[in-house]
Amino acid sequence: MDDQFLFSNNVIGLKEIANEKYCLTFKKQFGYKAGQVVQLTCNRSIEPRLYSLCSGEFDQQMEILFDLKLGGELTPKLVELNPGDRLYVSHPYGQFLRPTPEKMWWIATGTGIAPFRSMMRSGYEADKILHGARLEEQFYFSDEFKTAFGEKYVRCNSSTNEVGDFQGRVTNYIESVKSLPKDIKYYLCGRSMMVVEVRDLLIARGVPFENILSEIFF
Amino acid sequence: MFLNEYNESQEYNYIKIKCEMTNLSSNISKTEKTPLFGKTLSELSEIVAELKLPGFTAKQIASWLYNKEIESIDEMTNLSKKTREILSEKYCVGLSKPVKVQVSTDGTKKYLFATQHGKYIETAMIPDKERITVCVSSQVGCKMGCLFCMTGKQGFNGQLTSGEIINQLRMIDEFKSITNIVYMGMGEPFDNLDQVLKSINILTSDWGYAMSPRRITVSSIGIIPSLKRFLVESNCNVAISLHTPFENEREKLMPVQLAYPIEKVVAEIRSFDFDNQRKLSFEYIVFGGFNDTPAHVKELARLLNGVKSHINLIRFHPIPGTPLNKTNEKRLLEFKEELNKKGLLTTIRASRGQDIYAACGLLSTKGITTEA
Ligand SMILES: Cc1cc2nc3c(=O)[nH]c(=O)nc-3n(C[C@H](O)[C@H](O)[C@H](O)COP(=O)(O)OP(=O)(O)OC[C@H]3O[C@@H](n4cnc5c(N)ncnc54)[C@H](O)[C@@H]3O)c2cc1C
Ligand code: SF4
Repeated sequence: MDDQFLFSNNVIGLKEIANEKYCLTFKKQFGYKAGQVVQLTCNRSIEPRLYSLCSGEFDQQMEILFDLKLGGELTPKLVELNPGDRLYVSHPYGQFLRPTPEKMWWIATGTGIAPFRSMMRSGYEADKILHGARLEEQFYFSDEFKTAFGEKYVRCNSSTNEVGDFQGRVTNYIESVKSLPKDIKYYLCGRSMMVVEVRDLLIARGVPFENILSEIFF
Repeated sequence: MFLNEYNESQEYNYIKIKCEMTNLSSNISKTEKTPLFGKTLSELSEIVAELKLPGFTAKQIASWLYNKEIESIDEMTNLSKKTREILSEKYCVGLSKPVKVQVSTDGTKKYLFATQHGKYIETAMIPDKERITVCVSSQVGCKMGCLFCMTGKQGFNGQLTSGEIINQLRMIDEFKSITNIVYMGMGEPFDNLDQVLKSINILTSDWGYAMSPRRITVSSIGIIPSLKRFLVESNCNVAISLHTPFENEREKLMPVQLAYPIEKVVAEIRSFDFDNQRKLSFEYIVFGGFNDTPAHVKELARLLNGVKSHINLIRFHPIPGTPLNKTNEKRLLEFKEELNKKGLLTTIRASRGQDIYAACGLLSTKGITTEA
Protein backbone atom coordinates (compact mmCIF):
# COMPACT_ATOMS: atom_id res chain seq x y z
CA MET A 1 0.00 0.00 0.00
CA ASP A 2 1.36 3.45 -0.96
CA ASP A 3 1.67 5.37 2.28
CA GLN A 4 2.33 8.60 0.37
CA PHE A 5 -1.17 8.56 -1.15
CA LEU A 6 -3.71 10.60 0.78
CA PHE A 7 -7.30 9.44 1.11
CA SER A 8 -10.21 11.79 1.77
CA ASN A 9 -11.49 11.40 5.28
CA ASN A 10 -13.80 13.29 7.62
CA VAL A 11 -13.41 14.69 11.08
CA ILE A 12 -15.54 12.99 13.71
CA GLY A 13 -14.49 15.13 16.64
CA LEU A 14 -11.87 17.47 18.05
CA LYS A 15 -11.28 17.97 21.75
CA GLU A 16 -8.76 20.13 23.61
CA ILE A 17 -7.67 17.75 26.37
CA ALA A 18 -5.06 20.09 27.86
CA ASN A 19 -3.73 23.52 27.05
CA GLU A 20 -2.84 23.46 23.33
CA LYS A 21 -3.08 19.65 23.21
CA TYR A 22 -5.86 18.14 21.12
CA CYS A 23 -7.36 14.77 20.29
CA LEU A 24 -8.63 14.53 16.74
CA THR A 25 -10.85 11.61 15.76
CA PHE A 26 -11.67 10.66 12.20
CA LYS A 27 -13.11 7.80 10.19
CA LYS A 28 -11.37 4.44 10.33
CA GLN A 29 -10.76 3.63 6.69
CA PHE A 30 -8.17 0.90 7.17
CA GLY A 31 -7.11 -1.61 9.74
CA TYR A 32 -3.79 -0.81 11.40
CA LYS A 33 -1.26 -2.01 13.94
CA ALA A 34 -0.74 -0.35 17.29
CA GLY A 35 2.08 2.18 17.14
CA GLN A 36 1.67 2.99 13.45
CA VAL A 37 1.71 6.51 12.04
CA VAL A 38 -0.34 8.32 9.40
CA GLN A 39 0.44 11.27 7.18
CA LEU A 40 -2.31 13.78 7.65
CA THR A 41 -3.34 17.22 6.45
CA CYS A 42 -6.56 19.21 6.21
CA ASN A 43 -5.71 21.05 3.06
CA ARG A 44 -4.12 19.67 -0.11
CA SER A 45 -1.91 22.74 -0.34
CA ILE A 46 -0.29 21.98 3.03
CA GLU A 47 2.29 19.17 3.12
CA PRO A 48 0.98 16.35 5.30
CA ARG A 49 2.64 15.84 8.70
CA LEU A 50 3.22 12.55 10.48
CA TYR A 51 1.14 11.58 13.51
CA SER A 52 1.19 8.48 15.68
CA LEU A 53 -2.22 6.93 16.03
CA CYS A 54 -3.28 6.91 19.67
CA SER A 55 -6.40 4.79 19.09
CA GLY A 56 -6.30 1.01 19.45
CA GLU A 57 -6.48 -1.67 16.79
CA PHE A 58 -10.07 -2.52 17.73
CA ASP A 59 -11.39 1.03 18.09
CA GLN A 60 -14.10 2.08 15.66
CA GLN A 61 -12.43 5.41 14.90
CA MET A 62 -8.91 6.61 14.31
CA GLU A 63 -7.47 9.13 16.71
CA ILE A 64 -4.35 11.26 17.06
CA LEU A 65 -3.09 13.37 19.95
CA PHE A 66 -1.38 16.53 18.80
CA ASP A 67 0.41 19.52 20.10
CA LEU A 68 -0.62 22.93 18.72
CA LYS A 69 2.46 24.68 17.32
CA LEU A 70 1.49 28.32 17.28
CA GLY A 71 4.00 29.21 14.55
CA GLY A 72 3.39 25.98 12.66
CA GLU A 73 1.74 25.55 9.29
CA LEU A 74 -0.66 22.68 9.89
CA THR A 75 -1.62 22.39 13.56
CA PRO A 76 -3.16 25.91 13.81
CA LYS A 77 -5.48 24.79 10.97
CA LEU A 78 -6.25 21.46 12.61
CA VAL A 79 -7.53 23.13 15.77
CA GLU A 80 -10.19 24.96 13.75
CA LEU A 81 -11.72 21.79 12.34
CA ASN A 82 -15.34 20.83 12.97
CA PRO A 83 -17.10 17.47 12.74
CA GLY A 84 -17.65 16.57 9.09
CA ASP A 85 -14.75 18.70 7.79
CA ARG A 86 -12.47 17.16 5.20
CA LEU A 87 -9.14 15.58 6.14
CA TYR A 88 -6.56 13.85 3.98
CA VAL A 89 -4.99 10.82 5.59
CA SER A 90 -2.53 8.21 4.33
CA HIS A 91 -2.73 4.50 4.92
CA PRO A 92 -1.24 3.82 8.38
CA TYR A 93 2.32 2.55 8.23
CA GLY A 94 5.49 1.89 10.19
CA GLN A 95 6.31 -0.70 12.77
CA PHE A 96 7.28 0.87 16.08
CA LEU A 97 5.89 -2.01 18.09
CA ARG A 98 7.37 -5.46 17.45
CA PRO A 99 5.50 -8.21 19.23
CA THR A 100 8.33 -10.02 21.03
CA PRO A 101 8.50 -12.62 23.78
CA GLU A 102 10.56 -10.18 25.86
CA LYS A 103 9.02 -7.85 28.39
CA MET A 104 8.73 -4.17 27.52
CA TRP A 105 9.17 -0.80 29.13
CA TRP A 106 7.41 2.12 27.48
CA ILE A 107 8.93 5.54 28.11
CA ALA A 108 7.43 8.82 26.89
CA THR A 109 7.27 12.51 27.51
CA GLY A 110 4.43 14.80 26.42
CA THR A 111 2.47 13.71 23.37
CA GLY A 112 4.99 10.88 22.93
CA ILE A 113 2.54 8.82 24.98
CA ALA A 114 0.34 8.50 21.84
CA PRO A 115 1.69 5.21 20.40
CA PHE A 116 1.69 3.63 23.88
CA ARG A 117 -1.96 4.47 24.32
CA SER A 118 -2.57 2.71 21.01
CA MET A 119 -0.63 -0.32 22.28
CA MET A 120 -2.52 -0.31 25.57
CA ARG A 121 -5.91 -0.12 23.84
CA SER A 122 -4.85 -2.95 21.55
CA GLY A 123 -4.21 -5.22 24.51
CA TYR A 124 -0.42 -5.15 24.68
CA GLU A 125 1.23 -5.53 28.06
CA ALA A 126 4.11 -3.50 29.40
CA ASP A 127 6.15 -4.12 32.49
CA LYS A 128 6.55 -0.43 33.14
CA ILE A 129 5.12 2.72 31.59
CA LEU A 130 6.98 5.91 32.38
CA HIS A 131 5.36 9.18 31.37
CA GLY A 132 7.15 12.45 32.00
CA ALA A 133 5.36 15.80 32.22
CA ARG A 134 5.41 19.03 34.18
CA LEU A 135 1.73 19.64 34.80
CA GLU A 136 -1.05 17.39 36.00
CA GLU A 137 -3.10 18.02 32.82
CA GLN A 138 -0.20 16.84 30.66
CA PHE A 139 -0.51 13.23 31.84
CA TYR A 140 -2.82 12.44 28.95
CA PHE A 141 -5.03 9.35 29.25
CA SER A 142 -3.80 8.94 32.82
CA ASP A 143 -7.01 7.27 34.03
CA GLU A 144 -6.92 4.72 31.23
CA PHE A 145 -3.29 3.83 31.95
CA LYS A 146 -3.94 3.60 35.70
CA THR A 147 -6.87 1.27 35.15
CA ALA A 148 -5.00 -0.93 32.70
CA PHE A 149 -1.60 -1.03 34.38
CA GLY A 150 -2.01 0.02 38.02
CA GLU A 151 1.37 0.36 39.74
CA LYS A 152 3.26 -0.33 36.55
CA TYR A 153 2.20 3.09 35.27
CA VAL A 154 4.50 5.74 36.71
CA ARG A 155 3.90 9.44 36.24
CA CYS A 156 7.22 11.29 36.42
CA ASN A 157 6.25 14.75 37.51
CA SER A 158 9.04 17.28 37.12
CA SER A 159 7.34 20.25 38.76
CA THR A 160 4.06 19.88 40.67
CA ASN A 161 3.79 17.79 43.79
CA GLU A 162 0.98 15.31 43.11
CA VAL A 163 0.54 12.49 45.61
CA GLY A 164 1.48 9.16 44.03
CA ASP A 165 3.65 10.66 41.31
CA PHE A 166 7.37 10.15 41.08
CA GLN A 167 8.98 13.55 41.71
CA GLY A 168 11.41 14.16 38.89
CA ARG A 169 12.01 13.47 35.24
CA VAL A 170 11.93 10.07 33.59
CA THR A 171 15.75 10.11 33.63
CA ASN A 172 15.67 10.57 37.42
CA TYR A 173 13.32 7.61 37.71
CA ILE A 174 15.60 5.40 35.61
CA GLU A 175 18.59 6.48 37.71
CA SER A 176 16.67 5.57 40.85
CA VAL A 177 16.01 1.99 39.74
CA LYS A 178 18.63 -0.19 41.46
CA SER A 179 18.71 -3.06 39.05
CA LEU A 180 17.57 -2.12 35.57
CA PRO A 181 16.45 -5.10 33.46
CA LYS A 182 18.88 -5.55 30.55
CA ASP A 183 17.24 -8.26 28.51
CA ILE A 184 13.90 -6.56 27.88
CA LYS A 185 12.86 -4.14 25.12
CA TYR A 186 12.72 -0.41 25.80
CA TYR A 187 10.43 1.72 23.64
CA LEU A 188 11.06 5.46 23.77
CA CYS A 189 8.84 8.12 22.23
CA GLY A 190 8.79 11.92 22.23
CA ARG A 191 10.95 14.87 21.33
CA SER A 192 14.58 14.25 20.48
CA MET A 193 16.32 15.50 23.60
CA MET A 194 14.35 13.21 25.93
CA VAL A 195 14.87 10.25 23.64
CA VAL A 196 18.61 10.86 23.36
CA GLU A 197 19.06 11.40 27.11
CA VAL A 198 17.07 8.32 28.06
CA ARG A 199 18.80 6.19 25.44
CA ASP A 200 22.25 7.32 26.64
CA LEU A 201 21.29 6.64 30.23
CA LEU A 202 19.99 3.15 29.48
CA ILE A 203 23.15 2.33 27.52
CA ALA A 204 25.34 3.72 30.33
CA ARG A 205 23.47 1.44 32.72
CA GLY A 206 24.24 -1.62 30.65
CA VAL A 207 21.21 -2.00 28.38
CA PRO A 208 22.37 -3.15 24.91
CA PHE A 209 21.45 -0.54 22.30
CA GLU A 210 19.84 -3.29 20.23
CA ASN A 211 17.15 -3.47 22.94
CA ILE A 212 16.19 0.20 22.61
CA LEU A 213 13.79 1.43 19.95
CA SER A 214 13.12 5.15 19.66
CA GLU A 215 10.49 7.16 17.85
CA ILE A 216 11.28 10.86 17.61
CA PHE A 217 8.59 13.45 16.83
CA PHE A 218 10.79 15.69 14.72
CA MET B 1 16.20 22.54 31.51
CA PHE B 2 15.28 19.78 29.10
CA LEU B 3 16.01 21.03 25.62
CA ASN B 4 12.81 19.49 24.37
CA GLU B 5 10.96 22.04 26.42
CA TYR B 6 12.49 24.73 24.23
CA ASN B 7 9.83 26.55 22.24
CA GLU B 8 10.85 26.33 18.60
CA SER B 9 8.39 29.00 17.52
CA GLN B 10 10.33 31.57 19.54
CA GLU B 11 13.11 31.17 16.98
CA TYR B 12 10.93 32.24 14.12
CA ASN B 13 9.24 35.11 15.82
CA TYR B 14 12.62 36.62 16.49
CA ILE B 15 13.19 38.12 13.09
CA LYS B 16 15.45 41.02 13.90
CA ILE B 17 19.07 40.59 14.73
CA LYS B 18 21.57 42.60 16.67
CA CYS B 19 23.28 44.17 13.73
CA GLU B 20 27.01 44.62 13.82
CA MET B 21 27.74 47.98 12.29
CA THR B 22 31.46 48.66 12.16
CA ASN B 23 33.70 46.17 13.89
CA LEU B 24 31.99 42.87 13.16
CA SER B 25 33.34 40.78 15.97
CA SER B 26 33.30 43.11 18.92
CA ASN B 27 31.30 46.26 18.40
CA ILE B 28 27.68 45.15 18.52
CA SER B 29 25.28 47.99 17.88
CA LYS B 30 22.18 48.37 19.99
CA THR B 31 20.10 48.83 16.80
CA GLU B 32 18.13 45.80 15.73
CA LYS B 33 18.02 45.52 11.98
CA THR B 34 17.24 42.85 9.43
CA PRO B 35 20.25 41.37 7.62
CA LEU B 36 20.35 41.63 3.83
CA PHE B 37 23.00 38.93 3.50
CA GLY B 38 21.20 35.69 2.71
CA LYS B 39 18.33 37.37 0.81
CA THR B 40 17.60 36.08 -2.68
CA LEU B 41 17.21 38.45 -5.60
CA SER B 42 13.43 38.18 -5.43
CA GLU B 43 13.46 38.98 -1.71
CA LEU B 44 15.71 41.98 -2.38
CA SER B 45 13.28 43.09 -5.09
CA GLU B 46 10.45 42.97 -2.56
CA ILE B 47 12.49 45.03 -0.13
CA VAL B 48 13.32 47.73 -2.68
CA ALA B 49 9.68 47.84 -3.81
CA GLU B 50 8.57 48.25 -0.21
CA LEU B 51 11.09 51.07 0.27
CA LYS B 52 9.93 52.62 -3.02
CA LEU B 53 13.43 52.45 -4.50
CA PRO B 54 14.05 51.85 -8.23
CA GLY B 55 13.71 48.18 -9.22
CA PHE B 56 17.31 47.87 -10.48
CA THR B 57 18.58 48.61 -6.94
CA ALA B 58 17.87 44.97 -6.02
CA LYS B 59 20.48 43.71 -8.52
CA GLN B 60 22.94 46.34 -7.35
CA ILE B 61 22.51 45.24 -3.74
CA ALA B 62 22.86 41.56 -4.69
CA SER B 63 26.07 42.37 -6.49
CA TRP B 64 27.45 44.17 -3.44
CA LEU B 65 26.42 41.38 -1.12
CA TYR B 66 27.63 38.42 -3.14
CA ASN B 67 30.28 39.67 -5.57
CA LYS B 68 32.17 42.19 -3.47
CA GLU B 69 33.57 42.05 -0.02
CA ILE B 70 31.71 44.78 1.76
CA GLU B 71 30.59 44.65 5.35
CA SER B 72 28.27 47.66 5.58
CA ILE B 73 25.59 49.36 3.50
CA ASP B 74 27.72 52.52 3.46
CA GLU B 75 30.21 50.71 1.24
CA MET B 76 27.58 50.16 -1.51
CA THR B 77 28.92 53.21 -3.27
CA ASN B 78 26.96 52.96 -6.52
CA LEU B 79 23.75 53.48 -4.55
CA SER B 80 22.89 57.09 -3.89
CA LYS B 81 23.55 58.41 -0.39
CA LYS B 82 19.79 58.82 0.07
CA THR B 83 19.17 55.18 -0.97
CA ARG B 84 21.82 53.96 1.47
CA GLU B 85 20.22 56.00 4.24
CA ILE B 86 16.77 54.57 3.50
CA LEU B 87 18.15 51.03 3.43
CA SER B 88 20.15 51.52 6.62
CA GLU B 89 17.08 52.54 8.59
CA LYS B 90 15.78 48.97 8.68
CA TYR B 91 18.54 46.81 7.25
CA CYS B 92 22.19 45.92 7.69
CA VAL B 93 24.56 43.63 5.80
CA GLY B 94 24.59 41.19 8.71
CA LEU B 95 27.86 39.31 8.36
CA SER B 96 29.36 37.61 11.36
CA LYS B 97 33.02 36.73 11.85
CA PRO B 98 34.03 33.40 13.40
CA VAL B 99 34.50 33.67 17.13
CA LYS B 100 37.05 30.86 17.30
CA VAL B 101 39.24 28.91 14.89
CA GLN B 102 41.02 25.63 15.62
CA VAL B 103 43.62 24.15 13.29
CA SER B 104 44.29 20.42 13.01
CA THR B 105 47.72 18.91 12.44
CA ASP B 106 46.43 17.83 9.00
CA GLY B 107 45.49 21.39 8.01
CA THR B 108 41.75 21.00 8.61
CA LYS B 109 40.23 24.01 10.37
CA LYS B 110 37.17 24.18 12.56
CA TYR B 111 35.41 27.54 12.76
CA LEU B 112 32.97 28.49 15.50
CA PHE B 113 30.28 31.04 14.59
CA ALA B 114 27.70 32.72 16.77
CA THR B 115 24.18 32.78 15.33
CA GLN B 116 21.79 35.70 15.36
CA HIS B 117 20.15 34.29 18.48
CA GLY B 118 23.32 33.85 20.49
CA LYS B 119 23.77 30.16 19.78
CA TYR B 120 26.80 28.53 18.22
CA ILE B 121 27.54 26.42 15.17
CA GLU B 122 30.64 24.81 13.76
CA THR B 123 32.02 24.72 10.23
CA ALA B 124 34.87 22.55 8.97
CA MET B 125 37.32 23.54 6.21
CA ILE B 126 39.13 20.55 4.73
CA PRO B 127 42.09 21.24 2.42
CA ASP B 128 43.14 18.43 0.08
CA LYS B 129 45.74 19.22 -2.59
CA GLU B 130 43.94 21.59 -4.97
CA ARG B 131 40.59 21.17 -3.28
CA ILE B 132 39.19 23.22 -0.45
CA THR B 133 36.00 21.64 0.83
CA VAL B 134 33.86 23.43 3.37
CA CYS B 135 31.41 21.47 5.46
CA VAL B 136 28.58 23.79 6.56
CA SER B 137 25.96 23.43 9.28
CA SER B 138 22.27 23.84 8.51
CA GLN B 139 20.83 23.79 12.05
CA VAL B 140 21.95 24.49 15.62
CA GLY B 141 22.01 20.94 16.97
CA CYS B 142 19.69 18.38 15.44
CA LYS B 143 16.35 16.66 16.16
CA MET B 144 17.17 13.33 14.56
CA GLY B 145 18.99 11.64 17.45
CA CYS B 146 21.31 9.32 15.50
CA LEU B 147 23.10 7.05 17.95
CA PHE B 148 26.60 7.68 16.61
CA CYS B 149 26.51 11.47 16.34
CA MET B 150 27.66 14.21 18.71
CA THR B 151 25.34 16.79 17.15
CA GLY B 152 22.42 14.46 17.81
CA LYS B 153 23.34 14.39 21.50
CA GLN B 154 23.03 18.16 21.61
CA GLY B 155 19.32 18.12 20.76
CA PHE B 156 17.73 20.80 18.63
CA ASN B 157 18.40 24.44 19.38
CA GLY B 158 17.18 26.23 16.28
CA GLN B 159 17.15 26.61 12.51
CA LEU B 160 19.78 28.56 10.60
CA THR B 161 18.77 31.18 8.05
CA SER B 162 20.17 31.09 4.52
CA GLY B 163 22.36 34.05 5.52
CA GLU B 164 23.80 32.13 8.46
CA ILE B 165 24.50 29.17 6.19
CA ILE B 166 26.37 31.23 3.56
CA ASN B 167 28.09 33.31 6.22
CA GLN B 168 29.99 30.12 7.13
CA LEU B 169 31.60 30.31 3.67
CA ARG B 170 31.90 34.04 3.22
CA MET B 171 33.61 34.72 6.55
CA ILE B 172 36.34 32.09 6.57
CA ASP B 173 39.94 32.79 5.53
CA GLU B 174 39.71 30.38 2.59
CA PHE B 175 36.54 31.93 1.14
CA LYS B 176 38.07 32.82 -2.22
CA SER B 177 39.59 29.41 -2.81
CA ILE B 178 36.62 27.19 -1.87
CA THR B 179 36.13 24.50 -4.52
CA ASN B 180 33.45 22.31 -2.92
CA ILE B 181 30.67 22.75 -0.40
CA VAL B 182 29.08 19.94 1.55
CA TYR B 183 26.02 20.32 3.76
CA MET B 184 27.25 17.74 6.25
CA GLY B 185 27.91 19.84 9.33
CA MET B 186 25.55 20.19 12.27
CA GLY B 187 21.90 19.41 11.60
CA GLU B 188 19.74 17.68 9.03
CA PRO B 189 19.53 19.91 5.91
CA PHE B 190 16.18 18.40 4.85
CA ASP B 191 14.68 19.48 8.17
CA ASN B 192 15.44 23.09 7.20
CA LEU B 193 14.84 22.77 3.50
CA ASP B 194 13.49 26.27 2.74
CA GLN B 195 16.62 27.95 4.07
CA VAL B 196 18.93 25.34 2.54
CA LEU B 197 17.32 25.82 -0.90
CA LYS B 198 17.56 29.58 -0.53
CA SER B 199 21.24 29.34 0.31
CA ILE B 200 21.80 27.12 -2.75
CA ASN B 201 19.89 29.59 -4.90
CA ILE B 202 22.30 32.34 -3.79
CA LEU B 203 25.37 30.15 -4.25
CA THR B 204 24.44 29.01 -7.76
CA SER B 205 22.66 31.99 -9.36
CA ASP B 206 24.37 34.38 -11.74
CA TRP B 207 23.43 37.29 -9.50
CA GLY B 208 24.89 35.38 -6.51
CA TYR B 209 28.11 33.40 -6.34
CA ALA B 210 27.52 31.63 -9.69
CA MET B 211 28.94 28.33 -8.41
CA SER B 212 28.25 25.12 -10.25
CA PRO B 213 25.63 23.01 -8.41
CA ARG B 214 27.90 20.03 -9.15
CA ARG B 215 30.31 21.38 -6.56
CA ILE B 216 27.65 21.32 -3.87
CA THR B 217 26.55 18.17 -2.05
CA VAL B 218 23.67 18.03 0.38
CA SER B 219 23.67 15.12 2.77
CA SER B 220 20.51 13.78 4.37
CA ILE B 221 19.27 10.88 6.41
CA GLY B 222 16.38 10.64 3.94
CA ILE B 223 13.30 12.65 4.89
CA ILE B 224 11.23 11.61 1.89
CA PRO B 225 8.94 14.64 1.34
CA SER B 226 11.96 16.97 1.48
CA LEU B 227 14.04 14.65 -0.68
CA LYS B 228 11.38 14.76 -3.39
CA ARG B 229 11.26 18.55 -3.27
CA PHE B 230 15.03 18.87 -3.22
CA LEU B 231 15.47 16.67 -6.28
CA VAL B 232 13.02 18.79 -8.23
CA GLU B 233 14.11 22.22 -7.00
CA SER B 234 17.90 21.86 -7.09
CA ASN B 235 20.61 20.36 -9.28
CA CYS B 236 23.07 19.73 -6.49
CA ASN B 237 24.54 16.36 -5.61
CA VAL B 238 22.82 14.26 -2.98
CA ALA B 239 24.36 12.03 -0.32
CA ILE B 240 22.11 9.72 1.68
CA SER B 241 23.23 8.44 5.08
CA LEU B 242 22.68 4.72 4.87
CA HIS B 243 24.91 3.10 7.52
CA THR B 244 23.23 -0.31 7.28
CA PRO B 245 20.88 -1.87 4.75
CA PHE B 246 19.04 -3.85 7.44
CA GLU B 247 15.87 -2.26 8.75
CA ASN B 248 16.13 -3.77 12.23
CA GLU B 249 19.66 -2.39 12.64
CA ARG B 250 19.05 1.00 11.06
CA GLU B 251 16.11 1.79 13.32
CA LYS B 252 18.41 1.36 16.36
CA LEU B 253 21.06 3.61 14.83
CA MET B 254 18.74 6.19 13.28
CA PRO B 255 15.22 6.76 14.61
CA VAL B 256 14.26 8.31 11.25
CA GLN B 257 14.10 4.76 9.89
CA LEU B 258 10.72 4.33 11.60
CA ALA B 259 9.26 7.33 9.78
CA TYR B 260 11.08 7.03 6.45
CA PRO B 261 12.51 3.53 5.90
CA ILE B 262 15.62 3.29 3.73
CA GLU B 263 13.86 0.92 1.28
CA LYS B 264 11.38 3.71 0.56
CA VAL B 265 14.12 6.33 0.30
CA VAL B 266 15.90 4.20 -2.29
CA ALA B 267 12.60 3.55 -4.10
CA GLU B 268 12.05 7.31 -4.29
CA ILE B 269 15.54 7.78 -5.71
CA ARG B 270 14.96 5.02 -8.26
CA SER B 271 11.84 6.74 -9.50
CA PHE B 272 13.73 9.98 -10.12
CA ASP B 273 15.49 10.56 -13.38
CA PHE B 274 19.07 11.51 -12.38
CA ASP B 275 21.00 13.11 -15.20
CA ASN B 276 24.60 12.10 -15.78
CA GLN B 277 26.01 15.20 -14.15
CA ARG B 278 24.35 15.06 -10.78
CA LYS B 279 26.03 12.72 -8.32
CA LEU B 280 24.29 10.42 -5.92
CA SER B 281 26.22 8.86 -3.09
CA PHE B 282 25.50 6.82 0.01
CA GLU B 283 27.37 7.54 3.21
CA TYR B 284 28.25 4.49 5.23
CA ILE B 285 29.93 4.81 8.63
CA VAL B 286 31.66 1.51 9.34
CA PHE B 287 31.17 0.36 12.93
CA GLY B 288 33.61 -2.40 13.75
CA GLY B 289 31.91 -5.80 13.81
CA PHE B 290 28.42 -4.34 13.43
CA ASN B 291 27.71 -3.31 9.85
CA ASP B 292 30.75 -4.64 8.00
CA THR B 293 29.87 -8.31 7.54
CA PRO B 294 29.44 -10.32 4.31
CA ALA B 295 25.68 -10.25 4.97
CA HIS B 296 25.82 -6.45 4.77
CA VAL B 297 27.66 -6.63 1.46
CA LYS B 298 25.00 -8.93 0.06
CA GLU B 299 22.11 -6.83 1.32
CA LEU B 300 23.67 -3.59 0.08
CA ALA B 301 24.03 -5.15 -3.35
CA ARG B 302 20.34 -6.04 -3.30
CA LEU B 303 19.16 -2.66 -1.99
CA LEU B 304 21.23 -0.59 -4.41
CA ASN B 305 20.96 -2.92 -7.39
CA GLY B 306 20.82 -0.78 -10.54
CA VAL B 307 21.03 2.55 -8.67
CA LYS B 308 23.84 4.55 -10.27
CA SER B 309 25.66 5.75 -7.20
CA HIS B 310 28.80 5.70 -5.16
CA ILE B 311 29.32 4.41 -1.61
CA ASN B 312 31.52 6.45 0.70
CA LEU B 313 32.86 4.40 3.59
CA ILE B 314 33.57 6.56 6.62
CA ARG B 315 35.62 5.61 9.66
CA PHE B 316 33.76 5.78 12.94
CA HIS B 317 35.27 8.07 15.54
CA PRO B 318 33.91 6.81 18.85
CA ILE B 319 32.06 9.47 20.84
CA PRO B 320 31.73 9.45 24.64
CA GLY B 321 29.51 6.66 25.94
CA THR B 322 28.97 5.06 22.54
CA PRO B 323 28.14 1.36 22.43
CA LEU B 324 29.52 1.16 18.87
CA ASN B 325 33.03 0.04 18.02
CA LYS B 326 35.63 1.94 16.12
CA THR B 327 36.28 0.87 12.54
CA ASN B 328 38.50 -2.17 12.08
CA GLU B 329 41.04 -1.00 9.47
CA LYS B 330 41.74 -4.43 8.02
CA ARG B 331 38.06 -5.24 7.68
CA LEU B 332 37.37 -1.79 6.21
CA LEU B 333 39.65 -2.52 3.26
CA GLU B 334 38.16 -5.98 2.76
CA PHE B 335 34.63 -4.57 2.99
CA LYS B 336 35.45 -1.99 0.33
CA GLU B 337 36.84 -4.69 -1.97
CA GLU B 338 33.82 -6.94 -1.45
CA LEU B 339 31.43 -4.10 -2.30
CA ASN B 340 33.42 -3.17 -5.39
CA LYS B 341 33.34 -6.81 -6.49
CA LYS B 342 29.55 -6.70 -6.25
CA GLY B 343 29.61 -3.79 -8.69
CA LEU B 344 29.03 -1.09 -6.07
CA LEU B 345 31.51 1.72 -6.67
CA THR B 346 32.99 2.18 -3.20
CA THR B 347 35.72 4.40 -1.77
CA ILE B 348 37.00 5.15 1.72
CA ARG B 349 36.81 8.74 2.87
CA ALA B 350 39.96 9.98 4.58
CA SER B 351 39.40 11.01 8.19
CA ARG B 352 40.30 14.65 8.65
CA GLY B 353 40.50 16.98 11.62
CA GLN B 354 40.00 14.29 14.24
CA ASP B 355 42.32 15.99 16.76
CA ILE B 356 40.13 19.12 16.80
CA TYR B 357 36.82 17.22 16.73
CA ALA B 358 36.09 18.43 13.20
CA ALA B 359 35.69 14.94 11.73
CA CYS B 360 32.41 13.45 10.62
CA GLY B 361 29.87 13.10 13.44
CA LEU B 362 31.95 15.01 15.98
CA LEU B 363 30.61 18.56 15.58
CA SER B 364 28.82 19.88 18.64
CA THR B 365 28.32 23.15 20.48
CA LYS B 366 26.34 21.61 23.30
CA GLY B 367 28.02 23.28 26.29
CA ILE B 368 28.19 26.76 24.86
CA THR B 369 24.83 26.73 23.12
CA THR B 370 22.83 25.64 26.13
CA GLU B 371 24.59 28.26 28.23
CA ALA B 372 23.62 30.96 25.74
C1 LIG C 1 7.26 9.70 13.29
C2 LIG C 1 6.59 10.97 13.77
C3 LIG C 1 5.45 10.91 14.54
C4 LIG C 1 4.85 12.08 15.02
N1 LIG C 1 3.75 11.99 15.80
C5 LIG C 1 3.21 13.10 16.36
C6 LIG C 1 2.11 13.02 17.27
O1 LIG C 1 1.59 11.94 17.54
N2 LIG C 1 1.64 14.18 17.82
C7 LIG C 1 2.20 15.41 17.53
O2 LIG C 1 1.76 16.43 18.06
N3 LIG C 1 3.23 15.50 16.65
C8 LIG C 1 3.75 14.40 16.06
N4 LIG C 1 4.80 14.52 15.17
C9 LIG C 1 5.22 15.89 14.75
C10 LIG C 1 4.29 16.37 13.59
O3 LIG C 1 4.55 15.59 12.45
C11 LIG C 1 4.50 17.85 13.20
O4 LIG C 1 5.87 18.10 13.04
C12 LIG C 1 3.93 18.84 14.20
O5 LIG C 1 2.57 18.58 14.41
C13 LIG C 1 4.09 20.29 13.75
O6 LIG C 1 3.30 20.58 12.63
P1 LIG C 1 3.00 22.07 12.17
O7 LIG C 1 2.68 21.99 10.73
O8 LIG C 1 1.99 22.73 13.01
O9 LIG C 1 4.36 22.83 12.40
P2 LIG C 1 5.49 23.09 11.31
O10 LIG C 1 5.02 24.08 10.30
O11 LIG C 1 5.98 21.79 10.80
O12 LIG C 1 6.59 23.78 12.20
C14 LIG C 1 7.20 23.09 13.30
C15 LIG C 1 7.78 24.12 14.22
O13 LIG C 1 8.74 24.92 13.53
C16 LIG C 1 8.34 26.25 13.50
N5 LIG C 1 8.43 26.70 12.05
C17 LIG C 1 8.87 25.94 11.05
N6 LIG C 1 8.92 26.64 9.91
C18 LIG C 1 8.46 27.85 10.18
C19 LIG C 1 8.26 29.02 9.42
N7 LIG C 1 8.59 29.09 8.14
N8 LIG C 1 7.72 30.08 10.01
C20 LIG C 1 7.40 30.04 11.29
N9 LIG C 1 7.58 28.97 12.06
C21 LIG C 1 8.12 27.89 11.54
C22 LIG C 1 6.95 26.33 14.02
O14 LIG C 1 6.82 27.43 14.90
C23 LIG C 1 6.75 25.08 14.78
O15 LIG C 1 7.02 25.27 16.14
C24 LIG C 1 5.39 13.35 14.68
C25 LIG C 1 6.54 13.42 13.87
C26 LIG C 1 7.15 12.25 13.43
C27 LIG C 1 8.38 12.34 12.58
S1 SF4 D 1 23.92 12.28 11.83
FE1 SF4 D 1 22.99 14.12 10.93
S2 SF4 D 1 20.78 13.75 11.12
FE2 SF4 D 1 21.79 12.31 12.52
S3 SF4 D 1 21.82 13.37 14.50
FE3 SF4 D 1 23.78 13.83 13.46
S4 SF4 D 1 23.43 15.76 12.42
FE4 SF4 D 1 21.42 14.92 12.93
